[in-house]
Amino acid sequence: MPPVEVAVKADRAGRRAVLMLLMGLATGCGPVASSAGGGISVAGSTSVQPFAELLAEEYAREHPTAPVVNIQGGGSTAGIEAALTGAADVGMSSRELKDSELAQGLVSQPIAYDAIVVVVHPDNPVAALTSEEVRRIFAGEVDNWSQLGGGDDRITLVVREEGSGTRGAFDELMMGDTRVSARALRQDSNGAVRVIVNSDRNAIGYMSLGIVGDFVKPVPLDGVTPTVEASMAGDYFLVRPFLFTWLGELSAPAQRFVDYCLTAEAQAILGLEGLIPVEGA
Amino acid sequence: MLKERLIQYLLLALALTAVLSLAVITVFILREGLPVLIEFGPIRFLTRSEWAPTQGQFGILAMVVGSLWVTLGALLVGVPLGVAVAVFVTDYSPPLLAQVLRPAVQLLAGVPSVIYGFIGLKILVPLIRDSMGGAGLSVLAGALVLGIMVLPSVIAVSEDSIRAVPQLYRDGALALGATHWQSLWRVVLPAAKSGIVASIVLGMGRAVGETMAVIMVVGNSLQLPSSPLEAATTLTSNIGLEMAYASGAHRQALFATGIVLFAFIMLLNLVASAFRRRTIRA
Repeated sequence: MPPVEVAVKADRAGRRAVLMLLMGLATGCGPVASSAGGGISVAGSTSVQPFAELLAEEYAREHPTAPVVNIQGGGSTAGIEAALTGAADVGMSSRELKDSELAQGLVSQPIAYDAIVVVVHPDNPVAALTSEEVRRIFAGEVDNWSQLGGGDDRITLVVREEGSGTRGAFDELMMGDTRVSARALRQDSNGAVRVIVNSDRNAIGYMSLGIVGDFVKPVPLDGVTPTVEASMAGDYFLVRPFLFTWLGELSAPAQRFVDYCLTAEAQAILGLEGLIPVEGA
Repeated sequence: MLKERLIQYLLLALALTAVLSLAVITVFILREGLPVLIEFGPIRFLTRSEWAPTQGQFGILAMVVGSLWVTLGALLVGVPLGVAVAVFVTDYSPPLLAQVLRPAVQLLAGVPSVIYGFIGLKILVPLIRDSMGGAGLSVLAGALVLGIMVLPSVIAVSEDSIRAVPQLYRDGALALGATHWQSLWRVVLPAAKSGIVASIVLGMGRAVGETMAVIMVVGNSLQLPSSPLEAATTLTSNIGLEMAYASGAHRQALFATGIVLFAFIMLLNLVASAFRRRTIRA
């Protein structure tokens, strides 16, 4: 099958599965276990989604006869819920599973690690920050760039909304018990955060290393520049796992896809995209 | 005869579907939202501004205040503009121009809200940031975008109510020596007052309910805004922002926000229809 056709099929099946997922969420009861059209359904974190889509495309190219892998977003929490209820074969999460989720029998497999990068506008003169400074900035205790060696401008905080995996990981790894300031602008995607930090010279935000691009400037933390290498070496601490999670035994085709994601080849693809490969893969 | 009956029942069934969907929606958001509302306490829910849903803190005061500010601002922008357009179209515009204006206003109503939001984000927000300071994403940006968005309903209903004023009133005023403007300002507009108020209330409903455009320009911060240049969150934008990732009590709290919103919109609609009825009787 030519890739276009696969994509169209995946898209259509994907929509159906998203609809089912939404219906399941809306009624608050899990839909019947099913994977749309005999394919493998993978749903969850929007941070993991683009990378899973990439792997699914590559997988389909190499295994033309294998069942189609449908990737949907919805968020880490929705993905975990989908794995629990069987709405999806595999859930994607960009945060560690909670104890309450593990207690229900979920199995998890990291497919890569992702560094969260604190970013500022490209013209911002502030060259580096300590994690203590970042914590105080996001708590709202430091609210002017002049306190950090910049111009006399009020800091614009940009964060993700509660429930997002990126927000959860940032709050846990960076903020600890400190609350994020109520002044912070909340945006519902990495892309939206990037748009605002790119257009506001006084903005500071955070996002996945893999999607920083040239529009915003990554800030070294505690003297460590956020790179794949630094994260692999354990020097950069703001790192979270990208997980696949499922309940009980995976079906054989789903297991084959998960296995594929851990091959050296798939890991190399993820490495090129700015993710940190799983060790020993 | 049988065919008549059949059509009658078919229409009845169709009519019931519309009412039924309202009933289903009502039951549904109550079922989903009431538990957390009761558990957390409706007073606490409404009067606390601390919103940390993953830590069990559900205070929506900041969003209520945000909604009120943005809506009030939208009315300050939209009502004078809208009523002015209505007066111009009914009383001053050459017929040819009115024939262009009316469909143009209707088109304005057909522009998808995401487009309004996008234009707001790309043009208005940088403009506010560069000329007035702050992040640009602000109550002011939300009010300006919504002010334009409420125009069609304000214009349409105001225009109808101005037209509904009997010609006798105008003739009487003119016969007493009033100028065109005096008769309009002292006689026609006061007579059309209920309809104009109804148009304002309808516009208010539109402003309170709008989600997409607001999410894009208002900044979505959880503070109680102390100036129009500060960011805020509205009831709708918070639901839209957080629904994708919400589960458990967090999702229920969003539905509870929906209950508050629902009650508010119902109230506005009741007020609007009360004013409208008064116009018709007058």
